[in-house]
Amino acid sequence: MITTQGLTKRYGRLTVVDSLDLRVEEGDIYGFLGPNGSGKSTTVRMLLGLVFPSAGRMELLGERMPHGAAKTLPHVGALIENPAFWNRMSGRRNLQMLDAAGPGTTRGDRRERVEEVLREVGMDTVDDRAVKAYSLGMKQRLGLAAALLRTPRLLVLDEPTNGLDPAGVREMRDLLGKLNAAGTTVLLSSHQLGEVQSLCTRVGMVSHGRMVVQDSVASLRRPTGKVHVVTSDVNTAVAVLGRSLISRVDEQLTVASSEPERVNQTLVSAGVRVRELVEERRTLEEVFLASTESSVFA
Amino acid sequence: MILVELQILLRRPRTWVSLGILVALPTLIAVFVSSTGIAPRPGQGPALLSEVLSNGTLFAAVALVIDMVLLLPLSVLVVAGDSVAGEAASGTLRYLLVRPVSRSKLLVAKLSAIFTYVLVAVVTVAASGLIVGGLLFHSNGQITSISGGPPISQQGTALRIVLAVLYVGVSMLGVASFALLLSTLTDAPLAAALGGFAALVASTSLDTLDAAGSVRPYLPTHYWLSFVDLFRNPILWRDIERGLLLQVVLVLVLLGAAWAMFTTKDITS
Repeated sequence: MITTQGLTKRYGRLTVVDSLDLRVEEGDIYGFLGPNGSGKSTTVRMLLGLVFPSAGRMELLGERMPHGAAKTLPHVGALIENPAFWNRMSGRRNLQMLDAAGPGTTRGDRRERVEEVLREVGMDTVDDRAVKAYSLGMKQRLGLAAALLRTPRLLVLDEPTNGLDPAGVREMRDLLGKLNAAGTTVLLSSHQLGEVQSLCTRVGMVSHGRMVVQDSVASLRRPTGKVHVVTSDVNTAVAVLGRSLISRVDEQLTVASSEPERVNQTLVSAGVRVRELVEERRTLEEVFLASTESSVFA
Repeated sequence: MILVELQILLRRPRTWVSLGILVALPTLIAVFVSSTGIAPRPGQGPALLSEVLSNGTLFAAVALVIDMVLLLPLSVLVVAGDSVAGEAASGTLRYLLVRPVSRSKLLVAKLSAIFTYVLVAVVTVAASGLIVGGLLFHSNGQITSISGGPPISQQGTALRIVLAVLYVGVSMLGVASFALLLSTLTDAPLAAALGGFAALVASTSLDTLDAAGSVRPYLPTHYWLSFVDLFRNPILWRDIERGLLLQVVLVLVLLGAAWAMFTTKDITS
């Protein structure tokens, strides 16, 4: 769906995006992650033809960008940083205007399609007040509705959960999951790693304009081969575990094992009362920190 | 896209307020002049105003002269300066471009809206001048042409007013093109409008300066009021032709630059 090779953007002597190789496959929910100022937004803008790259090539839906913009962009829905509207008009009117502004749509079903996307983002009951009277969360939803207007094959969302309350974030997550199940590929950029952990299938992590990790979430978060155990029978447990014990802090033990079931069985059959036992998996945050550190010292 | 642009223009209260002001000023002047009967002596005050007491129809042209001093260029600057920069400032520009609307098409749409505004503004001013002149000053069928010459027939006057409207419209396109160019360069609508205003002030200042005589014929505002020559009999075409040529060249160069800028610019707003 999206491929970039050596994508670079320089502003004068400042390199914002540094030979980035991005790869998003059809059907992915791709998390494009990195701290503020790491070049995510600039990359998204380059993909959409808003910013011209200094070097490198990119393909979107099989077309070279930015030359193929007229062909590909009709199949792409985008939310770029914050949503923006003609503030004096109502949300409905805004969507209709935006729809009418571009190619490839007909007037006949416009109202219908607008109502449909408003329903999808839970805004179908909104009245005709002007957008300037909307709350941040409503604007965010309307922005997403605008992105969904022509049932895009690819959704590019830059920080889509900005300004949403926890319920809104959850709804957004459900909606993206539903869209993805229906075949929409999603590129989601975010600086909140925890938020996308449960949503994304693949992630690319950027730091200072460089891609530091790009892998599937399943493989990044695979078990680390350690098991954490909490028990009040610490002494018995230490004796039973023997050399597989890595560390002990009060009642918390860390055990080297890729089979948590077996650890549990060993402990329980020795009469150790286990309060907690969990397989260790790294969070995306830990993955990110680990990979940026190694790139600093390398 | 062009229709969308026109809708946005027409839905703006600003559009209507500016037209109201453009009509109000000449009307106010007409009321003063007609109620006191004191017209400026020939050669003083706005051109043609001294003739109006005897020919009300001519007030259409006078209204254009009055507004052209400041209000008309200013309102055109505001509309044109806001065209691209306003969308950039509000963020709608990036959403229009990824809709996708090609940059050239967006520029053409903006241009059509600006041209429409210019045309509507100039026609409104002339039409209101015609009405106000007809109401406040008595008109006899024939009109004495300025600075001597045989009188102008009624059809002749109508034709000249239409020509004056077109001439003023073309002159305003020069202003509009400059503001549009600035509008593609900045994300602040005010900066674009004020930049255009600064250029106008510079041009009019140089125009009054004898020492700048060598560049005078190339100043964009130099021939602005030459449409007054339309109301001579026979019409004095020389300055009108030069004025038109100057504006056309200006518009083409400025629009070319605006297009070159906008199609290669990184949209970071």
